[in-house]
Amino acid sequence: MIKAILVFNNHGKPRLSRFYQYYPEDMQQQIVRETFHLVSKRDDNVCNFLEGGTLIGGSDFKIIYRHYATLYFVFCVDSSESELGILDLIQVFVETLDKCFENVCELDLIFHVDKVHYILAELVMGGMVLETNMTEIITRIEEQNKLEKSEAGIAAAPARAVSALKEMNIPQKVKDMKLPDLPSIGNLKF
Amino acid sequence: MALSKVKGTLERVLDKNLQDLVRGIRNHKENETKYVAECLDEIKNELRQENVAVKAIAVNKLTYLQMLGYDISWAAFNVIEVMSSPKFTFKRIGYLSASQSFHEGTDVLMLTTNMIRKASSCFHLLLTPDLGSQNLYDAGVALNGLSCFITADLARDLANDIMTLMTSTKPYLRKKAVLIMYKVFLQFPEALRPAFPRLKEKLEDPDPGVQSAAVNVICELARKNPRNYLALAPLFFKLMTSSTNNWVLIKIIKLFGALTPLEPRLGKKLIEPLTNLIHSTSAMSLLYECINTVIAVLISVSTGIPNHTASIQLCVQKLRILIEDSDQNLKYLGLLAMSKILQTHPKSVQTHKDLILQCLDDKDESIRFRALDLLYGMVSKKNLMEIVKKLMVHMDKAEGTNYRDELLAKIIEICSQSNYQYVTNFEWYVSVLVELTRMEGTRHGRLIAAQMLDVAIRVQAIRPFAVAQMAVLLENAHVLSNNSQRNGICEVLYAAAWLCGEFPDHLTDPKGVLEAMLKPKITLLPGHIQSVYVQNIIKLYANIIKRAEGQNGLAGVREVGEMLQEKLPIFIQSADLEVQERACCMVQLVKYVLKSQDKDGDTAAAIAEELAALFAGDLNPVAPKAQKKVPVPEGLDLDAWINDPPSESSEDEDRPVGSSIFVTKDNNEGSFYHEAAKAKVPDMTPEERTKAKEQRRVDQAHNPNYLKGDVKKSASNTSADGNLGNSVVELDLSIPLRVPGGIQVAGLSSSDQYMKMEQSLRTKKAGKKKRKKRKKGGNDESDEEEDIPQIHQVSTVEEVPEGAEAMSDKEEDGGDERYKKLDIDLDEPLRPGEILPVRTHRIVPDHKLPEPEEEPKEKKKHKKKEKESKKDKKKSRDSRKEEREKRKRKKQSIPGEADEPSLLKEDHEEIAGDNTPLSSPRDKDMPSGGATATNSTDKMNDYEFWMSSTDAQSPSHSEPQGKPTTEVKVTPVQDITSGDEAKVDTTAHSKKKKKEKKERREKKEKKSKKSKLKAGDYEEAGGITTPSQEVVDPSQLETPVTAKPMSSYRLLAENASIKMMYETRVSPQRGDQLILSVVFTNLTPHLVNNLEFNVMDTLNTKLSRGMGQASHDAVQVPFVLPAGLSNEGQFAFSVDSLVQPTKLRGTLTYMVKMAEGSTHEKVDFRLTFNCSSFMSALPCKSSEFASLLSSGDLTEKSTMKCTPLENSFDVSLLRICFYNHFKVVEKVEGSASLYGRSIQGHHLCLLVKYNNGEITVDGKSAEGALLSNVLADIKTVLTSDVL
Repeated sequence: MIKAILVFNNHGKPRLSRFYQYYPEDMQQQIVRETFHLVSKRDDNVCNFLEGGTLIGGSDFKIIYRHYATLYFVFCVDSSESELGILDLIQVFVETLDKCFENVCELDLIFHVDKVHYILAELVMGGMVLETNMTEIITRIEEQNKLEKSEAGIAAAPARAVSALKEMNIPQKVKDMKLPDLPSIGNLKF
Repeated sequence: MALSKVKGTLERVLDKNLQDLVRGIRNHKENETKYVAECLDEIKNELRQENVAVKAIAVNKLTYLQMLGYDISWAAFNVIEVMSSPKFTFKRIGYLSASQSFHEGTDVLMLTTNMIRKASSCFHLLLTPDLGSQNLYDAGVALNGLSCFITADLARDLANDIMTLMTSTKPYLRKKAVLIMYKVFLQFPEALRPAFPRLKEKLEDPDPGVQSAAVNVICELARKNPRNYLALAPLFFKLMTSSTNNWVLIKIIKLFGALTPLEPRLGKKLIEPLTNLIHSTSAMSLLYECINTVIAVLISVSTGIPNHTASIQLCVQKLRILIEDSDQNLKYLGLLAMSKILQTHPKSVQTHKDLILQCLDDKDESIRFRALDLLYGMVSKKNLMEIVKKLMVHMDKAEGTNYRDELLAKIIEICSQSNYQYVTNFEWYVSVLVELTRMEGTRHGRLIAAQMLDVAIRVQAIRPFAVAQMAVLLENAHVLSNNSQRNGICEVLYAAAWLCGEFPDHLTDPKGVLEAMLKPKITLLPGHIQSVYVQNIIKLYANIIKRAEGQNGLAGVREVGEMLQEKLPIFIQSADLEVQERACCMVQLVKYVLKSQDKDGDTAAAIAEELAALFAGDLNPVAPKAQKKVPVPEGLDLDAWINDPPSESSEDEDRPVGSSIFVTKDNNEGSFYHEAAKAKVPDMTPEERTKAKEQRRVDQAHNPNYLKGDVKKSASNTSADGNLGNSVVELDLSIPLRVPGGIQVAGLSSSDQYMKMEQSLRTKKAGKKKRKKRKKGGNDESDEEEDIPQIHQVSTVEEVPEGAEAMSDKEEDGGDERYKKLDIDLDEPLRPGEILPVRTHRIVPDHKLPEPEEEPKEKKKHKKKEKESKKDKKKSRDSRKEEREKRKRKKQSIPGEADEPSLLKEDHEEIAGDNTPLSSPRDKDMPSGGATATNSTDKMNDYEFWMSSTDAQSPSHSEPQGKPTTEVKVTPVQDITSGDEAKVDTTAHSKKKKKEKKERREKKEKKSKKSKLKAGDYEEAGGITTPSQEVVDPSQLETPVTAKPMSSYRLLAENASIKMMYETRVSPQRGDQLILSVVFTNLTPHLVNNLEFNVMDTLNTKLSRGMGQASHDAVQVPFVLPAGLSNEGQFAFSVDSLVQPTKLRGTLTYMVKMAEGSTHEKVDFRLTFNCSSFMSALPCKSSEFASLLSSGDLTEKSTMKCTPLENSFDVSLLRICFYNHFKVVEKVEGSASLYGRSIQGHHLCLLVKYNNGEITVDGKSAEGALLSNVLADIKTVLTSDVL
């Protein structure tokens, strides 16, 4: 079983957290912090396994993570999962994100955390691996997106226009995290 | 209308959506909380609006805020509103939010019944299979969400719907439905049995995704309760050999790893395909899991696999490749798996020591730690010094105190494991410890100190050396006391001071040491060290005076006293109360001594004596478990709460055995007082408790066996009063350790020196010629290596629970009630009442839905479907299986009797009936053959067949561990009828085999053919209940046997008032125990009570008395005997050796209660356990019997001749079988072979021949004494009538 899936950046800011076992919110935050602490101090050329932290798991649990550019993808799993298998799964997850967002970067995860959740839901369900075949996953996601679009129909057109307007300036800064956000855009009221 | 809609849309457009929220938060980094609070207010507003779209966006934002740590449970109702929207877009948002924020606790507070109803009704709608593509994803989303927050109620309501979805035409839904079933089972265990057949079907689903999901679910289920899923092993085995999906393979292989410990036969089947996979696969993940499972197999069956070493070698080789890989992950996993092999096959790992030592240099900390773990298991007497040396070199190089500390702790752990088992030279070890003190900034000062104390106290021979080293340390205290942080290296001074004070006789220059201890810098040390200093200064002083007295040089002594008087006061000013108090005492003491020294010679001499007497007495260590062995005082219930709130378990109970005894890591001076304070708490509880506690205290005070406090404290307590003769477990340390003498200590010694010495000794020895000379050279190091005496044994004994118990413990560790509920027998056929509840509309209670109709229909449908699918599958499978069987039958060149185990089992169950108290627990687990339901028994037979077919392939080796479960021992506790039946059984056997017999003796090959035929016979009868094959009607017997009724009860003693009859019982599972069953009969017309049974123990045979009873205490018989009645009592005896008959003398005392008062009477008796009592009649196949005889193991022969009383061969045989506990293997006219096994596993093979009224018994066994004694027993049985 997978107990939790966490994505956070190099500074420990959560980008996605998915717990398959209930923890209260403050506990979840602590777990993210602790996991970040454990993971961030490790070099990139060391192994990707960690004996579980104190908050989540116990002796039976392992932290398996991968580090991509600015993001850490962390899976907390118990002994019924294969370590190398989970590493592959993380790879599948990231590649799927890459396909769905077209060159995924941290900003995609920041602004579309809901979509990331939907993608993840096609891979893992209730802590168990649902599907590992990437084409199958992508087909399912695309079909659902289509469904969403068809539901929105014409009514959504203005909303899309507005959101396009809102994001007009984003493309320049999208790929570079270091650029400061344009302060005016967010507060823009029509 | 349209206008308002557009307006609404426009408004919505201007609302903040998720992206805006994220952006906003990013722009308000400095006052995020405030901004979020504003947003939450907005969200609350939005949620109040009618428009679902607005609500959906609000909920979406909430989900994001939840990730940031904000509680959003207050919005649960709105979330459900959004969830139940008909639009997929909103629904998805709702379910996402729900899956992030709902949990089992939510339903109580938030999801009122009404909401659940609403929720479940919307699930119900969703889950109803609809072919429309939209509903596909609607249901998918619902299932997905449900998997995160399903509750028991929801599970019950929806189980049936999900079951239906499992048969959906869409694989997408099928696979989700299958996966979610696991969550349903967890919440609603009753669903498991009805749903299981369908789940099993899904294992062979055409869609790989569904198949994978089913494997996933069953693996999860099986991981928690593996035993229930053993029957699926053949199916999984098939999947394993056919599937190409690595995910599925990994899961299955992992599952097998969990199953093998339960069924050794499975392991043997697995080895080959797994080995093939290891050779063929390119996927590292699969390779790794294969290796892991092979290791698990090898651990579970350590014998019996022919190419067992080859498998190990293969694993180790592959692991070596993994470890050598540049990928750190593989390296890590390789080391991890290696440590598993290490547990059972340390030798194979030790050859890769170089590799593992290399890993210590790895830049990756996790890998280094893994390597360290491995080293821990790899050390032996030979390589300990080398490994420790390497570790110390590493420690010098290592950066980061953390890792260095870890290394240090590991060195100590390695050396001290199992009571210094591997340390051959303690001088070396003390030097290592001293060298370790030079490590800077360690946190393990206390650990080192504890080791120094431990070693010096427990190894007497090392004391002079250790004390000398400690003296050096004390003189260089300034080096160590630099950092006086907690647990820092200065802690070593604690040990040094204490050792010098405790064993001052070994000091060469006590005065010098004393001076070193009085340096003013000492006051900078932590308080608890200072107090040890003060105490030991006086001990040293006492010693100096005593020594001086011998030399008559009191002048020098006076000087010392004055020095003390001058310097001790610095301790009086200490801030530490303990130091202050001790120092005050000591100063006064010194003053007193000086004063009396002033007087005259006599008093001065006397004062030396008196002072020394203060510190007299030796100190002995206390076993770590001593506390546990303290008998519980009567009337004390340790399990009862003293206070209501649960308290933490006391620390000493789970202290690791290997840890040192005298000082624990977190022991500080104050702890004693803490304990005392804690102990007072219960006094505040109700009066009774207080009273009981007082009582207990008094008891304890008078009980010399009671050690106060926990272990470490008791150690220090006893040191003070020197009253050690009574400590419960005294460790025998008298075995001195040979330490090569003659090493002059000048300053600190170096461990290298010892290492070199050892090496040189070893090379020298290598030059000599092996064994013989080694034994002569008493000082030889290697001599020590081989038969070095264990320092002591007491504390190493750890009670190992039986395998099954260990397993269950483990499960409990995983600690979830839910999993235990899922421990359900799945092989039993479904009972009629067992169906999933069908959703009904609870809102309308008198709604006349055709419920009763619906349910059976549903059920029927299930069953029909099941049956159909099963039929189909069975057909295919069965045909395949038959083919396989046929092939196997043809191929087998050795007699297989593949079906035998299950046949035997059923057969014997039938015979033994209720008389089988010894059936192993597994027998109960497996459905008995008596059940008429064909379904499950078929399955079972399939499984048994599948399993046993491995045995057929290698029948030559002895019974695998799992086998006894299929055999039922016919216990000696039989009356005549069962004895008769046993006879019937054997004669039936003999009759059947009679024809084959001669040929069998002639040629093995022929025999195999015959039995092949026989096996075929059995298989044809597969569907019929098996006993009919085996049990022959008594009337058909050739020679109907008429024998006197036999009873194994013999008279033990009799007098006017009481009569005792006894018989003995043994269990093949307990090789060290014999049960004596005594029937007491009251011959008086009065009540007899207070029966007490006692025997005089011998060295070999001991009556098991209750906990805490002394070896001569009588055992209370737990009943009273009313007039004229009898009752049976059982007494267990522990037996060491059973090759000689044992005679015991005993007494029974009792009270006869008459009207005029009661009288105390006793009766003496003599008890004989002859060797036959330890035999058990285990069934033995003739093939096994033959191989046993030809194996050459049974070296001892013996013959006995006699003329039996009964002039019938059959009766004689019967008597032998009955009284001497043998079983007829085969029998022909006038001769028979018999087999019996002692409870300690000695095989006894007898050939009984009958010729003209004379019986000759030829016996073979590995144990000559046992054999001749048993033959003597047989003679008695046959020739005397007294039995």
